[in-house]
Amino acid sequence: MKQNTPRVLTVAFMLALGIGVAHADITIGAVLSLTGPAASLGIPENKTIALLPRSIAGEKIRYIVLDDRSDPTEAVKDTKKLIDVDKVDAIIGASITPNALAMVDVIGAAQVPTITLASGYNIAFPVAGYREWMFMPVQTTALMARSTAKYMAAHGVKTAGFIGFDNALGEDWWKNFSAEAKAEGIVIVASERFEPTTTSVTGQVLHLLAAKPDAVLIAASGTPAALPQRALKQLGFKGQIYQTHGVANPDFLRVCGADCNGTILSLSPGIVASQLPSGSAIKQSTMLFAQTYEKAYGKNSLNQFSTAAWDAGLFLEHAIPLALKQARPENATAFRAALRSAMAGIRNLPGSQGLYNMSPTNHNGLDDRAVAVAEILNGQWTLLQYPN
Amino acid sequence: MNLDIALYLGQNGVTLGAIYALLALALVLVFAVTKVIFIPQGELMTFGALSLVSIHSGHAPKVVWLLVVLGVVAALLDAGQLLRHRQGSRLAAVLAGDLVWPLLALPAAYLLPLSSIGYPGQILLALLVTVPLGPLLYRLVYQPVAQASVLTLLLLSVALHLALTTLGLFLFGPEGSRLPAFTDGSFTFAGLPVDYQTLWIVGLSAVLVLALFGFFNFTLYGKALRATAVNRTGAQLMGISTAFAGKIAFTLAALIGALSGILIASTTIIYYDSGFVIGLKGFVAAIIGGLASYPAAAAGSIFVGLVESFSSFWASAYKDVIVFALILPVLLWRSLGSHHAEEDEA
Repeated sequence: MKQNTPRVLTVAFMLALGIGVAHADITIGAVLSLTGPAASLGIPENKTIALLPRSIAGEKIRYIVLDDRSDPTEAVKDTKKLIDVDKVDAIIGASITPNALAMVDVIGAAQVPTITLASGYNIAFPVAGYREWMFMPVQTTALMARSTAKYMAAHGVKTAGFIGFDNALGEDWWKNFSAEAKAEGIVIVASERFEPTTTSVTGQVLHLLAAKPDAVLIAASGTPAALPQRALKQLGFKGQIYQTHGVANPDFLRVCGADCNGTILSLSPGIVASQLPSGSAIKQSTMLFAQTYEKAYGKNSLNQFSTAAWDAGLFLEHAIPLALKQARPENATAFRAALRSAMAGIRNLPGSQGLYNMSPTNHNGLDDRAVAVAEILNGQWTLLQYPN
Repeated sequence: MNLDIALYLGQNGVTLGAIYALLALALVLVFAVTKVIFIPQGELMTFGALSLVSIHSGHAPKVVWLLVVLGVVAALLDAGQLLRHRQGSRLAAVLAGDLVWPLLALPAAYLLPLSSIGYPGQILLALLVTVPLGPLLYRLVYQPVAQASVLTLLLLSVALHLALTTLGLFLFGPEGSRLPAFTDGSFTFAGLPVDYQTLWIVGLSAVLVLALFGFFNFTLYGKALRATAVNRTGAQLMGISTAFAGKIAFTLAALIGALSGILIASTTIIYYDSGFVIGLKGFVAAIIGGLASYPAAAAGSIFVGLVESFSSFWASAYKDVIVFALILPVLLWRSLGSHHAEEDEA
């Protein structure tokens, strides 16, 4: 008997562990780009996750954030670890489209509901097979491009120039914007590309100027988008400059400074929450986001990436109580399935970006009410038009 | 393309080329003296620029703590070595050498009224917190293996580059920044608006190149560096400390790097990881100069700048491809045209 004591202890210990696991909290994993080229997206997203509720419907919620270093391979590794080791109930991420696309097969095969923060259309569409498990609380490029093209046409723009990143983001914008511009009768007279890491865009901007467009759209994200803006001003472009929601963060305003005065862009209504009409269906939900975020991170800290992460949190807040009625977290498979169907059933959920209406063919659920048109005036986002 | 556009692109190309020239000179200098292909040159550039950004906005640059840590580690290593070799009498001098700059920079960064010392004062402070990184990195990373092969030293450079990039993200954050021009505004020259900042960049680069030329030809330290570059063993026999030569080379490289960062950050946006690609273009220019000749490297830099500027006009999507592809014909031509004698490699 004596020799058996350690073994008995071990068994008891393992049983205790087993019970510990059985009484697990709800665990949410996140795969974000905290370092690497997309760190300026992942860091504000991570800051938002820090603000998400730590307890929903009486259940403790645990968040595990992993860094994918802006690399699709790392994103897949992180996802596998979250599913196999941490046994997460749902995943938030990735920050950027290539990483989110790489995750689709992993989360689909393991049947873990996932809320992506990237905007690539192919991440969540079409809703079939593995993509049944993918949700996307981010405005599609098509939605944003349509809003921009419509606003241009309504304000007398007949010819437009385009300068975008020489990567998937720039291509996506080019595809969508050229189609929407054509539909609005705008002729695109010049199309240029630049690398996010470049030090000079003089050549591209000279090309744009030579074509004499009424307006120029800069399709880039973050602070690199300030470079063409500055070159256009320096070389004497007098027309209207448009940017995309990819620049909607305070660092862009800081870097672009006076060069950006008067620039127009379509962005998430959450960033201009206080200026939205008070009768709007998303006034309250956007104000809640804006106040919570600014209280934690200071005035003028609102940004596009945080609105997406915030709404991912809202999906969970909405879905977890419903899922708990169907299954317990101890039964991971059933609970994940219940979470998925609860999220797929979201109707009229107001968030920081818009009003969500999921359908069997649409796990994005946003419409024109998810777009506000704003102008940059003296380093502030000033609402021009909502809803579009 | 009309003449106006060509003049614009030419001006832009020369400005870029002047900055690449500085980086190329630093790379040639370090390689000649120590056989190190100094990939982290680009990081020293971003550190200089981003430190000045933080000083300019009134915050003490966090990089000063990196300086202090490196200084303390170097001092401990040096002290251990001296005590083992029973050279305690030199202890005070060596420790002072390791610690003087960190201990000057730390209070300067935190006690000076940053926003009221003026832009020139802020630039000096930025140099004070970044330039001493050069000799300290040499002491800690390269000096212990100074006799190793070029390949080993290159691998160390890659490792140091990755480490410094990651530290850069931690110290400066993910977002880019820009610096104000030394002198705002522009004037018209032959119908072409020229920024004053362009004059600053080209002028300062020219002054630095001339200063280096004078240093190497007319000062004892410069001649000692050249002697080390020509033949390390011979220089050692003549009483020139190779460790000391290495430290001077890295100090100069860090100074040139930080200055070029400050110059380029006034024309474009600099990120914690921008240094690598810009440094690589300086490297292409240095290769065109054969990693040995300063005038050839400077000319190569102007050429790289012009190619980059004009290719951004004709084929913007392929700009970097064209610049980096430049290296292939140059290497081919060099391998055919010259038979070079390698210095004996350990």
